[in-house]
Amino acid sequence: MTWRTASVVRLRDETTTARTLALEVHDWPGHVAGQHVDVRLTAADGYSAVRSYSIASAPSADGLIEITVERLPDGEVSPYLTQQVTVGDELELRGPIGGWFVWRPEQVGPIQLVAGGSGIVPLMAMIRSHVSVDSTVPFRLLYSVREPGAIFYRDELRALSNRGASLVVTYAYTRVTPKGWPRPAGRIDRELIANRTWPSTHQPSSYVCGPTSFVEHAADLLIATGHDRDRIRTERFGATGERK
Amino acid sequence: MNASMNYLDGNAAAGELSRIFAVDLTSAQGQCANCSAKKSFAEAHLYMQCPGVVARCALCGHVLLRLVNVGRRAFLDLRGMTYLRFDTAQ
Repeated sequence: MTWRTASVVRLRDETTTARTLALEVHDWPGHVAGQHVDVRLTAADGYSAVRSYSIASAPSADGLIEITVERLPDGEVSPYLTQQVTVGDELELRGPIGGWFVWRPEQVGPIQLVAGGSGIVPLMAMIRSHVSVDSTVPFRLLYSVREPGAIFYRDELRALSNRGASLVVTYAYTRVTPKGWPRPAGRIDRELIANRTWPSTHQPSSYVCGPTSFVEHAADLLIATGHDRDRIRTERFGATGERK
Repeated sequence: MNASMNYLDGNAAAGELSRIFAVDLTSAQGQCANCSAKKSFAEAHLYMQCPGVVARCALCGHVLLRLVNVGRRAFLDLRGMTYLRFDTAQ
């Protein structure tokens, strides 16, 4: 797979630390929701750094993709992508990558999405893909975030979940909740999984994405509540992905 | 983050492996040479804080794959898997 040139065509802040970049990719072959790209930055002295970012947008024929990048305090690439890059800049990009953590519209059966923090990104591509093809497959999203201000795509998720029963969103706050929120701040737990996700009897396909510790915890809870291990797909990310 | 959580999954190596393999390795199923588990390569635990990448079986921890780049050469060690099964329809 070769490196392609991508031009930044739009920027949008999702939170105080995360930014969405819309990229026009030369000869983009199209993607499936859940896939990622590698972005390579090369310094004047030839030093280069490669990072993986999930695609946030639904597949489309216009050669545009969106990625959402969370700024890591000591990152090499994410501070540039979230603070310095401007419209018209060019990046090197390789992709689409990965054929396992994907949702295709022809899949049948209910879908359970479980996101931890910026793990929402590939799951948002699945939600947007679901919307763009008018899928009737019922989706549920359990989205664990530190605090209300850390939610990505908040308005869009609200609009989609108000539109009908095909997307039900449950938020779980780990540090700070909105005022009057019924559940105290804390990690997702067995009770939340049992009450707010598809029962295992519905045989959902589950997609879990987030930091490694979150993914292990969430997948263990799903299995403990009767979900078949083979129907749970996971994608882990974390500081260990910061390749040097 | 403690040491036991210091891994990603096979997906994270897909970009590097796409330089070598003509088809997507993450959706291929591999059999662990140690415990005989048959799982998607995407499910392997991937360690990247080393001079290359090391993929280990998610069940028994056995090393499935090592990929190291040295200068303009890449070394790929696949002996931890008895086979890889690809979907040729893709």
